[in-house]
Amino acid sequence: MDNKQENKQDKKQMNSLVIREALLNCLMKLKPSDMVKNPVMFCVYIGAFLTTAYFVYTAASTGGKTMDFFTLHISVWLWLTVIFSNFAEALAESRGKATADTLKKMKKDIFAKKTESKDSTQFTMVPASSLRKGDLCIAGPGDLIAGDGEIVKGIASVDESAVTGESAPVIREAGADRSSVIGGTRVLSDMIVYAITSNPGESFLDKMIELVEGAVRKKTPNEVALNILLTALTLLFLLVTATMQPYATFMKQSFNITWLVALFVALAPTTIGALLSAIGIAGMNRLLRINVLAFSGRSVEAAGDVDTVLLDKTGTITLGNRQADKFLPVKGVTEEELALAAQFSSLSDDTPEGRSVVVLAKRRFNIRQHEFGAADKVNFIPFSANSRMSGIDMNGEKIMKGAAESMVEFVKTLDKNCVIPEDLHSLVESVALKGSTPLVVSRNAKLLGVIELKDILKGGIKERLLQLNLMGIKSVMITGDNPVTAASIAAEAGVNDFLSNAKPETKLALIKKYQDEGHMVAMIGDGTNDAPALAQADVGIAMNTGTAAAREAGNMLDLDSNPTKVIEVVEVGKQILITRGSLTTFSIANDVAKYFAIIPAMLSGMFPGMAALNIMRLASPSSSILSAIIFNAIVIPALIPLALRGVPYKAQSAAKLIRTNILIYGLGGVILPFIGIKLIDMIVVALGLAH
Amino acid sequence: MDIKVIAEVLFFLVLVLLVAKPMGNFMYLVFDGKRNFLSPVMEPVEKFIYKVSGVKDSGQGWAEYALSVIAFNILGLIVLFAIMMFQQFLPLNPQGLKAPEWRLALNTAISFVTNTNWQAYTPESTVSYFTQMVGLAVQNFVSAASGIAVSLALIRGLVRKQTRDLGNFWVDLTRSCLYVLLPIAIISALFLVWQGVPQNFSGYTHAVTVEGAKQVIGQGTVASQEAIKELGTNGGGFFNANSAHPYENPTPLSNILEMLLIILIPAGLIFTFGKFVHDIKQGRALFYAVFITFAIFIAGAVYYETAPNPAFAKGAAVTNISAKDIPSEGKETRFFGGASPIFSVVTTVTSCGAVNNMHDSNMPMTGFIELFDMQLGELIFGGVGSGMYTLLLFALITVFLAGLMIGRTPEYLGKKIGPTEIKLTAAASLFSGIMMLVVSAIAVYVPGAAASTMGSVPHGFSQMLYAATSTAGNNGSAFAGFNANTGFWNLILGLNMFVARFVPMILVLMLAGRFAAKNVTPVSVGTLPTNDALFAFMLVMVILLVGGLTFLPALSMGPIADHMALFSGIR
Repeated sequence: MDNKQENKQDKKQMNSLVIREALLNCLMKLKPSDMVKNPVMFCVYIGAFLTTAYFVYTAASTGGKTMDFFTLHISVWLWLTVIFSNFAEALAESRGKATADTLKKMKKDIFAKKTESKDSTQFTMVPASSLRKGDLCIAGPGDLIAGDGEIVKGIASVDESAVTGESAPVIREAGADRSSVIGGTRVLSDMIVYAITSNPGESFLDKMIELVEGAVRKKTPNEVALNILLTALTLLFLLVTATMQPYATFMKQSFNITWLVALFVALAPTTIGALLSAIGIAGMNRLLRINVLAFSGRSVEAAGDVDTVLLDKTGTITLGNRQADKFLPVKGVTEEELALAAQFSSLSDDTPEGRSVVVLAKRRFNIRQHEFGAADKVNFIPFSANSRMSGIDMNGEKIMKGAAESMVEFVKTLDKNCVIPEDLHSLVESVALKGSTPLVVSRNAKLLGVIELKDILKGGIKERLLQLNLMGIKSVMITGDNPVTAASIAAEAGVNDFLSNAKPETKLALIKKYQDEGHMVAMIGDGTNDAPALAQADVGIAMNTGTAAAREAGNMLDLDSNPTKVIEVVEVGKQILITRGSLTTFSIANDVAKYFAIIPAMLSGMFPGMAALNIMRLASPSSSILSAIIFNAIVIPALIPLALRGVPYKAQSAAKLIRTNILIYGLGGVILPFIGIKLIDMIVVALGLAH
Repeated sequence: MDIKVIAEVLFFLVLVLLVAKPMGNFMYLVFDGKRNFLSPVMEPVEKFIYKVSGVKDSGQGWAEYALSVIAFNILGLIVLFAIMMFQQFLPLNPQGLKAPEWRLALNTAISFVTNTNWQAYTPESTVSYFTQMVGLAVQNFVSAASGIAVSLALIRGLVRKQTRDLGNFWVDLTRSCLYVLLPIAIISALFLVWQGVPQNFSGYTHAVTVEGAKQVIGQGTVASQEAIKELGTNGGGFFNANSAHPYENPTPLSNILEMLLIILIPAGLIFTFGKFVHDIKQGRALFYAVFITFAIFIAGAVYYETAPNPAFAKGAAVTNISAKDIPSEGKETRFFGGASPIFSVVTTVTSCGAVNNMHDSNMPMTGFIELFDMQLGELIFGGVGSGMYTLLLFALITVFLAGLMIGRTPEYLGKKIGPTEIKLTAAASLFSGIMMLVVSAIAVYVPGAAASTMGSVPHGFSQMLYAATSTAGNNGSAFAGFNANTGFWNLILGLNMFVARFVPMILVLMLAGRFAAKNVTPVSVGTLPTNDALFAFMLVMVILLVGGLTFLPALSMGPIADHMALFSGIR
């Protein structure tokens, strides 16, 4: 509770800081060298210079007697248009910068306990910045990890909250799929020796800082394409405006330069031009907020295009382990009898499967865990790969559970003449056919029945898969199980397709096959053997708990190591594109109303009849043009929140989505400015800014 | 509005609906190399032509295809220019016509090669029968075929995957002529002869009218040229008066046939496209987008041409005109009612340029519609072939804008539209519009250029804008009253026709090459549907918005200013 409040306050403070910094930066961005990067706004910028110069020129040439206040007003609003655009970008960037600053603080002043060999406990204290690839370091409780590395010895719990924001500590150990450590994180318990895997400046932390600062932000292909279209339209409208003057000359007339600049700015797609880069940056930040680091903007965009998602069965679709689901007694044995025996046999079994038997017995028959008295002679028989069974020897009574064949053989060793229940075989078969695992339970030489161990779907996975379906994304389950098991789980979870008996190579081949068919494939992986597939996938999300190889191969990193995160990543990718498209449509649709404000105003002097086209009944030519330009300017800050947050996205078919968005941003884009310009015109006249 | 006029409009629209699909299906068979009912007759001819000319039906990449198109057309240009310059030494010249001024000849040669058929010359007194038949008529066929070929290359680029093969230009050209253009032209020419159109090599007839005035009546191979003039959306008349001349267009029946011929191939090709992409609905969506816009334009033109001119109300006291009379200047009485405005819209939307009335005499808003038709990019059916590829360019732009709104990299027919594709699409689709604006602006500063117009009034401006628009749109129709035959106008309009035809063509072929090389993304519910009514609606909106935003300022200073003055009474 306290923590939350503190967080809120922190956020507030950060927000005001962010805004202050953005205000400062947006003025800095007025440098021509920065402005030229955005062709649409650069043209507005030039226009602002032109009208300002025109104002100064008319004032100076008449010795200050005529002040063209109309031109002055227009100039002010043109400058504001440019500044608003810069502000949007600066605001988006500064959010990332604030995060980067906290990361940078973390990087400072780390010392490492450098050692010579992994078996030595001797170390020397050296600054982290002096470490090179291959150096070995020791870290004990409370020590900061000095750099990205691979544990070569030991196991430890590590607090990675500084990087991931996740407060629960994670276990890292040598030789497993969870052997990598990140510089800047803290060891909580135990001792590890780790080998440094990156040189200074190339570490994960460095990369992350670079990413969030937007220093390496390259425009994504789609952003480039949209920029081209917007630039083409801008050039076209520049030409449309520029040819107005010769046409007027033909009529032996001429247009005021302020009018022409105003017409151009009103026509140019300034709204989207102003917000375009902010949308992209904000998208990356949104990913960061769901704890996903994208190593390139390209991959974020690709995420929106993904139409096939490969999901590992274990850990993603099902819980990590199989769990007891049913007790199936043989004829003559009650279910409760079987459950009691099953519970006893599992008391010593510390595996999740074993525990699930105890839990099921309790749930079904309220069988409490047995308390052994002091007189009880209890001997636990652990599971071994050889015997393929485990159980308990309690006062000479052997209660066991295990694989069917082993159990049958086992009871025969106890009593040569024991009777194997007739229906046992069919029970075992039926369980296996469903894709579940049968375990046979015995009390001494008597076989009691079967425990069905079943894959249990993760909570909420069905709904998520349904969402993917709605988006038109095909889900493919990857599993090492046999086809029967795989099919039954696939059907239960609602995945579209599955790959059974999968090996690491088959994963890679499958991705290639889908890609050849024109699909865009996303996958999540953590193990070293996932690395080739991760690299091949269009969107490869590596889990933070994964190996260094996997993390290198992916183009995104999920700091939470949550395999279903892929859905959120796809959503963010789509949202960026939708926001861009919607604001582009809105921006262009706005032009209709601006035309009805500006064209009659410009031409009614030349052709009085044109005044009839002033359908908004705006007060005067100068008030119409000024109102259009003011609307054009203030719509930018008004849309900044939408640009940063993204257009709301709900999983649904493309056909439905387009209908909604066309209605809101297309039709809305046509209607809204008519109302807006009319209102501004009334205010402008009331304030006496134009007559 | 008169019920007869409404019936006339509906009758024509229904005719278009009836012929478009069968025509499209037939052309699909032809252009996909499948057997059709003409195969028994034409296949031997086709094979013979390939054998003689050494053409092998091997696939061409975009560059090879483009080179073939350009080389063929440039060669055609040189030959046509030479024929005109030497026509006095060539046969079939009963009037003994001399070579035209070189700039006029060049303008005319470009005009026919680019399928524009802008006529700065008066045919009766400028070109011999030989020039008409061997020069101009040949280009009427092959320029249309070139347009079809380029559209086929783009369609193949969209359909095929991971290949560079866009088909073979020489094969497409030959098939267009043999299976489509020639048979229909021959049958139509015979029909026209039946309706009274002359087809002879005679010298001009000298007659004395009832009032005793002397009159020279042109003769010649009118019918054969008339048919291809319409069918190939060429529009270059045998006579100066074009289809308003009784020898070119004698009866209401010939008028209907000519309008239908103009629209036949452009409308059919949209269905051909649907067949090629294995989704008839894709073609249907594009067709209805175009058809409905077309119908709206016709309704507008017919409305203004059959409603009284408000100026008549004021002038009624001094002339014999009553306030209820409809505007009749520049129209043949045979083509009253809907016949003239329908023809005007048909000819301007399709880049044909044939006229059966003088556009300059139309009401301002009809003039607006005619100009706007051309300025939209000649894609509301558009020219033969060129309309198809321009329409596809706008479909790409629509997909790009709308596709983003569904959260995927925009794709059309499974082909992703990346930076290079959008660059080519934007350049190709906006090029002719840019030329229209630039050429009319340049002319303002050229001394004497404005003298070809009515002067510094909106109507004078409309005439100049019309000339730049008609040539850049490769339309060729004229706003009568504009004196096109001057050195400056012949050169600049010639240049305009040339670049506005071939620059987009090359860009389209580059685009086709890019698309052909791409893989196809399979369709899912996450794909933007491009074969439904909503897409057709968006396409129309994008076409109107881009065209409107580009040209409304200019149009406001021409026909719109005229209209507002006329109807508001304020000058």
